[in-house]
Order: sequence, then structure tokens, then C-alpha cells
Amino acid sequence: MQTMILSVATFFQLRKLKPAISAVYALIGVLGACLTGRAWAGYDFNIPQPATPISQQIYGLHMYILIVCAVIFVVVFSMMFYSIFKFRKSKGAKPDVNFHESTLIEIIWTIIPFIILIAMAIPATKTVLDMKDTTNPDMTVKVTGYQWGWRYDYSAEDIGYYSNLATPWAQIGQPGAQATEPKGKDYLLEVDNPLVVPVGKRVRLLITSNDVIHGWYVPQLGVNQYGIPGFIKDVWFKASEVGTFKGQCSQICGKLHGYMPITVIVKSESDYAKWIEDSKVKFGTTPATAAVTAALAAVTEDSNKKFTMAEAKQIGGKIYAANCVACHQATGKGMPPAFPPLSGSKVVQGAADGQIGVLLNGRPGTAMVSFARLSDSELAAVISYTRNSWENNTGKIVQPSDIKALRKS
Amino acid sequence: MASTTTLDDATSHHDTHNEAHADAHDHGPGSWTRIFTTTNHKDIGSMYLWFSLFMFFVGGGMALLIRAELFQPGLQIVQPEVFNSLTTVHALIMIFGAVMPAFTGFANWLIPMQIGAADMAFPRMNNWSFWLMIPAAILLFASFAVPGGAAGSGWTLYPPLSIQGGLGVDMTILAIHILGASSIMGSINIITTLLNLRAPGMTLMKMPMFCWTWLITAYLMIAVMPVLAGAITMLLTDRHFGTSFFNAAGGGDPTMFMHIFWFFGHPEVYILILPAFGIVSQIIPTFSRKPLFGYASMVYATASIALLSFIVWGHHMFTVGMPAQGQLFFMYATMLIAVPTGVKIFNWIATMWRGSLSFETPMLFCIGFLCMFTLGGFSGLVLAVVPVDITLHNTYYVVAHFHYVLFPGAIWGLMAGVYFWLPKFTGRMYNETLGKWHFWLSAISFNITFFPQHFLGLAGMPRRIPDYALQFAEWNMVSSIGAFILGFSQLLFVWNVVSCIRSGAKAEAKQWEGAESLEWTHLPSPVPYHTFETAPIVK
Amino acid sequence: MTAVTGGYYFAPPSKWPLVGSVALLFFASGGAMVMNHIQPYGWTSMAIGFAILVYMLFGWFGQVIGESESGMYNEQVDTSFRWSMSWFIFSEVMFFAAFFGALYYARVFSVPWLADQENALLWEGYSAVWPTVGPYLEKNPVNDFVAMGPWGVPLLNTILLLSSGVTLTWAHHALKAGHRSQVIAGLFATVALGFTFLGFQIFEYAHAYSELNLKLTSGIFGSTFFMLTGFHGFHVTLGAIMLTVILFRCIKGHFKPDSHFGFEAVAWYWHFVDVVWLGLFLFVYVFV
Ligand code: HEA
Ligand code: HEA
Ligand code: HEC
Ligand code: CUA
Ligand SMILES: [Cu+2]
Repeated sequence: MQTMILSVATFFQLRKLKPAISAVYALIGVLGACLTGRAWAGYDFNIPQPATPISQQIYGLHMYILIVCAVIFVVVFSMMFYSIFKFRKSKGAKPDVNFHESTLIEIIWTIIPFIILIAMAIPATKTVLDMKDTTNPDMTVKVTGYQWGWRYDYSAEDIGYYSNLATPWAQIGQPGAQATEPKGKDYLLEVDNPLVVPVGKRVRLLITSNDVIHGWYVPQLGVNQYGIPGFIKDVWFKASEVGTFKGQCSQICGKLHGYMPITVIVKSESDYAKWIEDSKVKFGTTPATAAVTAALAAVTEDSNKKFTMAEAKQIGGKIYAANCVACHQATGKGMPPAFPPLSGSKVVQGAADGQIGVLLNGRPGTAMVSFARLSDSELAAVISYTRNSWENNTGKIVQPSDIKALRKS
Repeated sequence: MASTTTLDDATSHHDTHNEAHADAHDHGPGSWTRIFTTTNHKDIGSMYLWFSLFMFFVGGGMALLIRAELFQPGLQIVQPEVFNSLTTVHALIMIFGAVMPAFTGFANWLIPMQIGAADMAFPRMNNWSFWLMIPAAILLFASFAVPGGAAGSGWTLYPPLSIQGGLGVDMTILAIHILGASSIMGSINIITTLLNLRAPGMTLMKMPMFCWTWLITAYLMIAVMPVLAGAITMLLTDRHFGTSFFNAAGGGDPTMFMHIFWFFGHPEVYILILPAFGIVSQIIPTFSRKPLFGYASMVYATASIALLSFIVWGHHMFTVGMPAQGQLFFMYATMLIAVPTGVKIFNWIATMWRGSLSFETPMLFCIGFLCMFTLGGFSGLVLAVVPVDITLHNTYYVVAHFHYVLFPGAIWGLMAGVYFWLPKFTGRMYNETLGKWHFWLSAISFNITFFPQHFLGLAGMPRRIPDYALQFAEWNMVSSIGAFILGFSQLLFVWNVVSCIRSGAKAEAKQWEGAESLEWTHLPSPVPYHTFETAPIVK
Repeated sequence: MTAVTGGYYFAPPSKWPLVGSVALLFFASGGAMVMNHIQPYGWTSMAIGFAILVYMLFGWFGQVIGESESGMYNEQVDTSFRWSMSWFIFSEVMFFAAFFGALYYARVFSVPWLADQENALLWEGYSAVWPTVGPYLEKNPVNDFVAMGPWGVPLLNTILLLSSGVTLTWAHHALKAGHRSQVIAGLFATVALGFTFLGFQIFEYAHAYSELNLKLTSGIFGSTFFMLTGFHGFHVTLGAIMLTVILFRCIKGHFKPDSHFGFEAVAWYWHFVDVVWLGLFLFVYVFV
């Protein structure tokens, strides 16, 4: 910091010098101040280490084009700087006013760039065709973006789970309120449940979204694909080494777009098999879904059904796990300030109509969208569950008929 | 050809018209209602220029807020949703409020003088084109104050995110509608003036390059602004009237918006650069004391850029999951644009070749333009290559690319133009030393600000985020420092312009030795309120 | 001052542009408020804006007509008008192109995509049959609709618009030949046909809403159908109003056989609206 102030100070003392020279001096000063001020080691100037055959090709393509452009730049601008030094009026240069047209030269400098471009396009075309070939995958994972996190579904294994930012807000801070914890090494790049895939396998991702457009972007795997609500787009990658690869949501998706990281862990085949076994217990989807459907099948027959507390909490808990947990968390504590806690919430503890209203209409402009798509009994169950879990002890049950009444109005 | 243009001296009437004469017309200079009612192209041109200078500072102020938030990781200054609004409105203001009106300001001032006309073809409509921007600006600014805040979806307004916002988004959409109407009227006026009001003997192929680039720009605007209007109209009906254009549930597609938007958006970026090409094509020959090299091929190159710009829009959408054939088509078409753009660069350099160069401030800005714009063009070319774009799309590499073409491209083109024509507009000279300081400080701080953003992008930092991972911290800090120097350096420009108007040394009619177009050869400095009441005859 | 310079008329300072800008400020901010249910400010502001706009249009066009009739516009001004009207119509073509583009994109790309193999995961059982309300809306029978058939009212409307083109051309020829009464008759017929077209279109919309259950909210089909025909209808309305003005001017004895660009400009506009209709008839009604 001190060096910085110093350099700015020197800069102003120098103002009597020629602008060009002193400005260059200022540049060196400021850059020097910045660079000495902080640890410099290990910083990347380039695309991070490729980890798939495709990202390897991308890396090569970029280097190739970069070098071609650099050479053109040097050639073209040495001509310009040559003129600048050679044909100065101050050196007595006389203009050659007749040198202002030449069809031949125009043709030459049209054709040469054209040829250079063809030389760039050929390898690029090959890579495009490779990366778009999503046939014959070894496995498929469905990736769903939502505001603001990801969901991964391994349909063949019946595993599905959410993947959210794991960095605590205490490290991030707020305008006006400094962060209370120091920022960790993986600040903003850490997630609770990463995507896990085996090494050396063609993994096909079916990417979509729940609400707005998101971008599933992991540079080292050579994947950057929008998740578009209502459409599924597929991409593939084949990791050539085990390791952890990080990325972020690449398409602006609202308030917390910057807090939507992606982590992919590539495991050896045996580790992966073990992870699948563990995850079936932890994240299994089929049993839960089946149970909910079965339980609901019973109640939806009769919309005048009256839940008992035990029923409501049991069914409601499952619906909560399927629909709300991503944001409000299993603990009901949410992830403030993005997702408010339901545990202890005034709305949840207050009059039932208020909470029913939030669920039926959502909170426009926030991630809390309308859940009107759930049935009357589903809503009744999940609301009853939230009103009687964690710190909330209203002891009251919301019945399907309550929902029905409000849905109408 | 511009340089061989000569005039029949007997027909030029400048010495018969002076300020007093102009004052004699009521509503002329002096009346307080003038700025509201004026139909004089010079008044309107000045109003455009002052408006855009103001907007440039507002948009720049927003950029500085953005950079201040990004100075360090963590959230310090603004809430994330405010950050998104700042990014969105920064872009909208810079594009629609600063660059486009500034070019129109130059068009108003220069086109009649350069083709030997007395005014624009439709002076009243001309006034309306200007005054329409005021309600639009009011709507844009006010959107920050309404519940829900200003639009925060990025200037590209992609649905469904732009469906989510509140009143602010509607105000933004309506503001863009009004600005579009203003641009279309302005362009019709310019085209008509160029096609119908040229002085006798001023054939199309004798027009100065600035007029040519504007003719083509105006054509682009009339072709694409209505398409933008269509896109945002559909957005509005999706938001409020239950249509399903961009909603898969009803059979629509968010990607459809992107196609329509970028069909406008890509030609739009050439709208933002072609008039700058025109300004540069006036200045480089002047300070090389030599005619523009390859005038005819410059015209054809500009036209080719404009035509190609209609078929490249897909390069903004390589990651939406379009079929390989689509990606390849857009990649090839995009790369092709490098050819005519290269022709322009080479012709400018050839103009300097074997010239007699001097380096006044306008020329410095043009040389800076050549180097930096080419760098930005090259990063564009890198992005045009589909696989590379896949790793760089929506990262700071893109931000670096377009600031390289927009700031040293569009903005420097404009600054060069201001320094170049100030003596003509005001009859006074700016301060050359201060001008050089402005150039060098801008050139250096610009590169401090935006060159590191290439590294950030390559390393994978997404754009439109208020906070970032720790490995991006160093370069962001450098970039923010650069941005502040860059921003405050622009105050030198304002200072220079204001003190030039108030107390600059007297300028000559032909201030620049090498200047050849009509405004220099046949009009005094400052230009009288009414010029060319009788058309000059161009031989 | 009459800034007649070298014969070309450059308008003197005018308040109308400013009035127009104020009108749009009220109109647009009112519109934004109306859409967000901020009442009564929304409607009030829109009404004020609209009133000022009408005032401006009368004032501005009145002035232009006055200038034209007092012979201030020479041939070069006339050429300017021709260029500007052509470019304006080009901009209108591009505006409609956006909506035709949307229609084309939906029919050729997005709807078939929604029904393809990958998207079956999201929209099981959806088959891409145009016309469609889309994969989600179609699940609810409330949204079922019947597309508008081409051979009833739309065909009639096509005939009406085409004949209005003929009557307008007749009026134009009569104007050039100096047959004032024929001009008025031809124009009157054109205006009448135009308004009849509009009447039928209102009828058609009512029919769509009440009997076919075809609404603006009927998925992508309803969206494209109503936006295309709606914007077209809006242009027909404008054109018919302008023709009415021209009709009154003819009755007042305006226009000369060799100089009547006001007439021609509106005629161009009317033919443009005609051509758009043919496109609509084919792509919205016939080839469903
Ligand atoms: C003035 C504005 C301007 C200009 C002139 C350009 C010019 C170009 N742009 Fe840029 N671009 C933008 C403004 C502009 N762009 C903006 C604002 C965005 C972001 C929008 C958003 O998402 O918000 C963008 C984004 C953008 C993308 C999308 C990136 C992404 O989102 O992933 C791409 C991809 O192809 C691209 C490419 C190009 C190319 C190839 C050119 C070419 O025209 C450049 C041609 C010039 C040269 C190549 C240099 C000179 C040539 C020579 C010296 C000849 C010899 C050269 C060779 C043979 C190589 N641009
Ligand atoms: C012509 C167009 C133009 C111009 C000139 C600029 C100029 C600048 N831009 Fe901008 N920018 C865009 C067009 C432009 N930009 C676009 C299209 C986007 C994309 C938006 C999107 O993602 O949707 C963008 C996005 C963008 C970002 C990315 C934001 C994000 O992704 O979240 C950043 C970050 O650094 C940035 C920075 C800057 C800076 C530092 C300048 C500097 O050059 C500005 C220099 C500063 C000044 C000239 C102001 C001087 C102010 C003072 C001295 C303070 C005093 C104030 C008053 C008196 C009022 N811009
Ligand atoms: C995608 C994230 C997300 C999901 C999923 C979600 N919510 Fe929310 N919820 C939010 C956000 C964000 C808010 C805060 C809205 C605001 O700012 O007013 C919220 C607010 C609420 C509130 C009001 C709390 C208060 O104190 O103001 C209730 C009650 C609630 N949610 C219940 C639920 C229930 C029940 C579910 C599941 C059926 C659910 N939410 C699913 C994001 C979510
Ligand atoms: Cu999700 Cu950005
Ligand atoms: Cu582009």
C-alpha cells in the first residue's frame, strides 16, 4: 500500500516531464506497487491445465491462434512504427501524395488473411465435430440448474442430490458489515455435494434448468453449456486423470449468480463404485419418491381428508426433502441472507394464511417461486411439517381444505 | 475522392454570414427557448455531444462502482442485485446513451458541412430524435429508484431472468423502445441528407469517408433497431400478457430471444464502431498530409463488414447447445469479418506510409486506436473459434475483448474527433499539452485496466459477478486501480474542452495543414450559424 | 423566418418535437405503471400522454400540411420525402420480420425440439403437432383450442384488402388525371374497405376467444397468431386513419396532379400493410 502511495506521489512530481515518459513511469510504479503488495506465486496467465482430450485440444487451439495473431500484430505494427519513425514531418519527410491507390496491393492483403483464416478454421472444425459427438456414453447424469445451485441425478443408479455453495456467509460479508471469518483457500469454489464421476469414462451430461438460464462451466473439463429451462442439451467429457475440478455458473441468473460454484471429483473406478454404494443410502431417490407417492395416493383420493399430526409430519417431511431442502436446508436454518430460515420464522409461526399465501404465490422477484403446482394435500402436509419442526411448535395442522379455500381466491 | 475535392470559390458564401446575421433570425442563437425548439444541425449536434458526454460520465461512474466492488473479494460496497443492475445499466448507458448519440452528434455537425448542404434534410425531426432521448434517460435513471430496482439481467436482457424483475425492467424496455425510435428517425434523416442534399458535383464516391461510414451505419440501424424493438416487445408481452414466446411450457424457447436479440446485437456492435472508422479515416490522412490510401476499397470493405454482420450473430450463442452445423457456419462467417477489417487497418497504415507525419492529439488517439482496436479484433477472432469460445464464453476474456474494441475503438475515435473538430466547432484551439497528457494517461491506464482481464478470463473468472475466488484477486486489484486512473483521466478531457470553448487561442479556418474536406477548405472557424445557404459546386 | 435556402425548405424552430417527447414520457411511464398495477397513476399518466400526443400530431401534421399547400416544398424536398418514406417502410418490414422470425423459429426449431428424444425426459408424450399450446399447457384441457381456419373471415379479409389496393390505385390514377370526384370516390371506397377489414378482424377475435378458445395465452400458437395479426391490425388502423385524413384533404381540394406526395406516402404504406397481410394469410392461416 505504501509503495502505491509513493508511486502516485512521484507520478505527480513528474508532471513537468513529457507526458509519454512520465506516464510510462507511472505504469511501472503502479504495477510494481500491486505486484509487490501481494503474494505472486502460482498465478496463472493462461487456460488452466486441461484434464480431458477435448480441453487439451482447446488449449492447443488457443495457443496456435494466439501465436498467429501475435505474429500478425508484430508484422503489421512494425510497418506502422517504421512509418512513425521514418516519415516524420519533424524529420523533414515529404508526403508522396501519389501513393494512394494500388489494386494489386489491395488484392494481396485481402487474400493473405483469408488463407491464414482457413488455416485456423481447419483444426477448429475438427475439434467442434469431436466435442459435439455425444454418442456412446458410458454413463449419463442429468444436471439441473436452479436459483442458485445445482442438482445432479444419476438416473441409472437412482441417486439424486443438490449441490450448493459451502462457503459460509461469514467469510463473504455484507456491504457495511465486514466478513467475520477469514476467507478459506477455496473461497466461493466449495460445494457441499460435488458431482462425482469415474476416470476415463465418457460421461454424458443432460443439462437443463428449473427457472432461468444457468451455465454449467468447468474449464479444465472443456465444458461450458447453458442450462435452459424446458430444454435438455447434452454435452460430454472424459476425464483423463483423477482429481478435483472447479468451475462456476457462467450465465447471469440473478442475485446469487456469483455464488453458484461447481465441483467435479473424478475418482478411480473402484472409488467411484464405492461412492455410488454410499450415495445410494445417502441420496437415494426411488424409495422416498415411492413412499411419498404411495402415501399421497391414499390421501388424494379424498380431498376432504383430515391429516393427523403424525401423518402430516411424516408425509410433509418427505415433500420438504424433495422440494424445499435445497434452499431452506434440512435444519430449517436456510442459508441467510440468500435463503431465510424457516425455523423461527415469523411467517411460519404466524397465521396459516400467510404461509399458504407465500407457497401459492411465491415471492415475486426472489428465488421463492410459487409452489402452486403441488396438490392441496401436498401443500397442507409440507406446511404442517414446517410449522411443527425445529424451533416451530405451533401444534396446529393445516388441512387440504384450507389450501383449497385460499387457492380459489 | 475527398482529397481531390475543390470548390468554386465564387459560390462559397461564408464571409457574408456572421453571428450578427444569424442573430437577426428570431429563435436564432441567443433566445432561451433555443435548445428546446432549435432546428439547426449545429445546435442539435452540440446537444447530442453534451448529452453523451454527460451519459459517458454517468455510465463511467457506474463502471467505477463496479470496479470498486471488485477491488477485493467479498462483498463490500453494493448488494449482489444492485451490482447486477449496475452492470446492466452501465452497458445500456454507454451504448445507447454515450456512444450512439455522440456519433449522431458528429453526424449532425459534419455531414451537412462535408457534403455542402445547408442543414439536415428534416430539421424538425432532427430535434425530435434528440429530445426523445431525454424521456428515455429519465426512465432508465428512475428505474433505480422503483421497488425491485433497475433491470439486473445484463444488457442482453435474456429471459426468463428478465421476466422475473419488476417495474424497473418495464421502464428499461420502454426506454429502449424510445431510444430505438430516436435512432431510426436519426438514421432516416442522415441517409436522406446524404442521398439527396449533396452539393452539385459531390458524387457518392467523392464523399469523405466519415459520410460513407455513416451512410452504412444508418442503414444498419434502420435494419436492426426494429428487430430489437420486436424482441423486447415480445419480452413485454411474455412478462405481462401471458404469451409464451420464450417459455418452453407453452412451446416457446428462451433461445429464440437470443437469436432475435443478437440478430440486432451483432450489427449493433458495428454501429458502435463504423462511424469511428470514419473519423479515423478523416484524421490519419490529415496528419499524414496525404490522401487516404485505397478510398474505394475502404468503402467496399465497410460495406462488406456491414453485410457480413447480419450472418454472424450465432457467435454469441455457441454455448446454448446449437447443432454443430450451426456452430461451424457462424464460426466461418465470423472469421470472415477479419478480412475486410484487416483491409481497413492495412489501408490506414499505408496512408501513413511515405507520408509526412505529425503527432497532434487527434493523431495520437488514432494511432492508439489502430493498435488497441486490432488487439481487440484479435481477441474477437480468438472468441470466434468455437472450441476456444467454449472455455472463454461469459468470462472476463469477453469483457476484455469488447472493452478493447469499444473504449480505444469507439470512445477514442470520438475523442480524436472532438480534438480534431473542436477548432472548427468553436473557433478556438484546445491545449495540446493537456491533450497529450489525456492520451497517454488514458492509453496506459486503459491497458492496466483491461489487459489483465484477459488473464482473468483465461483462468476462468465469470463475468457479471460481484465477488470472486481468491486466485483472481491480484489481477482484479490491478484492474480496479487502472480503472480509477482511467476514469479520472477523463476529467482532463472535460477540462480541456471547457477551457478551449471559454478561453482557447484563436483557431484558423484551416487549422490542420493536411485537411481536405469542405468544412476545412471552405468554411471559417468557427462555422457560422448558417452555412452553405447556396450550395457550393464541387468539381 | 422562412428558411428557404436554395429553394430547399428547412423548417424553422418548432415546439412540436419537445411536446412529442413529453407525451412519450407520460405515455411510457404510465404504461409501465399500468402493467405493474400501479393505479390510478398508470391510467392517468397514459391518458395525459395520449392527449398530448394527439395534440402534437394535429399540430405537427397540420403545420406540415400548411407548408405543403402553400408551396414551400420544392422537388428536392419531395425527393427527401420519398427517400425517408421508403426507409421508414423498410424499418417496418424489419419490425414484422422479428415476429415472422419468431413464428418460423418456433415451427421449424423449438417445437420439434421439445418433442425430440432428449426432451422426452422433461415433456413425456409431447408430440410436435402445429398448432400447439406447448408441452406443459397442453396437459390442462382448459387450454385446448381450435386454430382459425383460413377460408372464412380471413379469406374474406384478404379479398377486402386486395380490393382496397385496387380502389386506392384507381384513386391515384384519377388524381394524376385530375378527376377530383373519382379520387374522392376511390379513396372513400378504400377507407370503407379498410374499416370493414378491421370490423371483421374484431369479429374474428371475438369468435376466437368465445368459440375457439384461442387466446393470446394459448401457448406459442396463440402468441404468434395474436401478435402478428394484432400488429398488422394496428397498422391497418393507422393506415386507415391516414387515408381518412387524405380523403378529407382531397375533399378540401388539396394535392395537385403532379405533386401529391402525402397521398403517395400513405398509398405506399397501405400497399405495404397489404403485402404483410398476404404473408400472414399464408403462414398464419393457410399453412397451419
Ligand atoms: C465495437 C464493438 C465490437 C467490435 C468491432 C467487435 C468485433 C469482433 N468481435 Fe466482438 N463483441 C463486442 C463488441 C465488438 N466486437 C461486444 C460488446 C461483445 C459482448 C456482448 C455481450 O455478451 O455482452 C462481443 C462479443 C464477441 C463474441 C462472443 C464472445 C462470447 O460471448 O463468448 C465474439 C465471438 O466470436 C466476438 C467476435 C468478434 C470478432 C471476430 C470481431 C471482428 O470484427 C474483429 C475483426 C478485426 C480484426 C481481426 C483485427 C484487424 C485485422 C487484421 C490486422 C487483419 C489480419 C488478421 C487476421 C488474418 C487474423 N465478439
Ligand atoms: C461503449 C461502451 C463501454 C464503455 C465506454 C465502457 C467503459 C468501462 N467499462 Fe464497461 N461494459 C460495457 C460497455 C462499455 N464499458 C458493456 C456492453 C458491458 C457488458 C454489460 C453486461 O454484462 O451486461 C460492460 C461491462 C463492464 C464490466 C463487467 C461487469 C460485470 O461483468 O459484472 C466492467 C468491469 O470491470 C466494466 C468496466 C468498465 C470501465 C472501468 C470502463 C471505463 O472505460 C470507464 C471510464 C470511466 C469514466 C469515463 C468515468 C469517469 C468518472 C469519474 C471521473 C467520476 C466522477 C463522476 C461524475 C462527475 C459523475 N464494464
Ligand atoms: C430455490 C430456492 C427455494 C426453494 C426451493 C424454496 N424456497 Fe422458500 N424461500 C426462498 C427465498 C429466497 C425466500 C425469501 C424470499 C424473500 O426475500 O422475501 C423464501 C421464503 C420462504 C418463506 C417465508 C419466510 C419468511 O420468514 O419470510 C417460507 C414460509 C418459505 N420460503 C417456505 C418454503 C417451502 C415450504 C418450500 C418448499 C415447498 C420452499 N420455501 C422452497 C427460497 C426457496
Ligand atoms: Cu446460475 Cu449464474
Ligand atoms: Cu458479435
